[in-house]
Amino acid sequence: MIWEIIVSALLVMAGVFGLVGSFGLIRLPTTMTRLHAPTKATTLGGGGVLVASMIYFAVFMDHYSFHELMITLFLFLTAPITANLIAKAYLHRTERPEDLPPTGTDRGWATYDASADPSRRTDG
Amino acid sequence: MIEMALIFAFACFGLGLLMNLWRVTVAPGVPDRVLALDTMVINAIALLVLYGIWQGTAIYFEAALLFAMTGFISTVAYARYMLRGDIIE
Amino acid sequence: MLRKLFPHPVLTLTLTAVWVALMNELSPGHVVFGLILGILIPWITAAYWPDRPRLRAPLKVAAYILIVLYDIVKSNFIVARIVLFMPLSQLRPAWVTVPLDLRSPEAITVLAGTITMTPGTVSADLSACGRAILVHCLHAPDSQGVVNDIKARYESRLKEIFE
Repeated sequence: MIWEIIVSALLVMAGVFGLVGSFGLIRLPTTMTRLHAPTKATTLGGGGVLVASMIYFAVFMDHYSFHELMITLFLFLTAPITANLIAKAYLHRTERPEDLPPTGTDRGWATYDASADPSRRTDG
Repeated sequence: MIEMALIFAFACFGLGLLMNLWRVTVAPGVPDRVLALDTMVINAIALLVLYGIWQGTAIYFEAALLFAMTGFISTVAYARYMLRGDIIE
Repeated sequence: MLRKLFPHPVLTLTLTAVWVALMNELSPGHVVFGLILGILIPWITAAYWPDRPRLRAPLKVAAYILIVLYDIVKSNFIVARIVLFMPLSQLRPAWVTVPLDLRSPEAITVLAGTITMTPGTVSADLSACGRAILVHCLHAPDSQGVVNDIKARYESRLKEIFE
């Protein structure tokens, strides 16, 4: 019974967060603010479903599975990387370096600095 | 009770998937589309796992795992293309 | 000799554990095959990992992971509340520059990932010299507070772990 409540609560919570993440993608006004909603809310939504599934199969089906743990870990590890890459792509396409705050160092931000990216160097 | 929660979660993630689809078609820029596609992948993984619980079988986890990997790689590929697409290498 | 054979002992262990988890069965055969993969893959890819990250305090890693997990859950509630209830006219998105004291690339990578997963911030870019990180805040009326928060809560802990 107690496990039933835990699994159900996890599923409901995950559903709400998944929905909020997708809703934020529509509601928030600019690309950068939209980036916040899916990277956080949807990741917890997916993670909640996966943990619920792990508990469900362990308790009710007597089947212990680590695949969910792997998927959760993978989602949590990759979410920041995709967010960072999309942010970089957005900076590259839309923002100008003048619109961003200064770095506080003598070099600019890496996205606008061709010499920071070895694959983009022209001097070979 | 779990059945009710499952149906609720199905509805939430399905609705989320529709919202993402809307964002993919009506988006102000390409980064938004890629972001919406990436969110779609995560929602699809959640739906796959939910379906696995519904059917009581573990066979969908492998599909979800593969989905997570290909989704991540494709998002990275899209982002790299956006970063490099207009540069002749 | 041993160092040449096992260029990355932690990576070897991780790969073995991941293989066993993927196979979902703790049998000797899978462990041995996982070990073979765990030795072969670091050996083949050693050229791409010139130096390995040094972990100074393994216990602090566990504490850090727990703090970040707690913050991920907390950040979800904060972002959910902003998405659902905050009027868009009151939203104050802001770019913030966080100067870095960390120097090792691994520590900066972990910090950038942590910033993205925690309340209302996404790390967007690094300065070309690697001394500052560009952070976007979803709602930050007080941007200096965000910088202090990141430095005190995460960066100081990562400094103890990596440097």
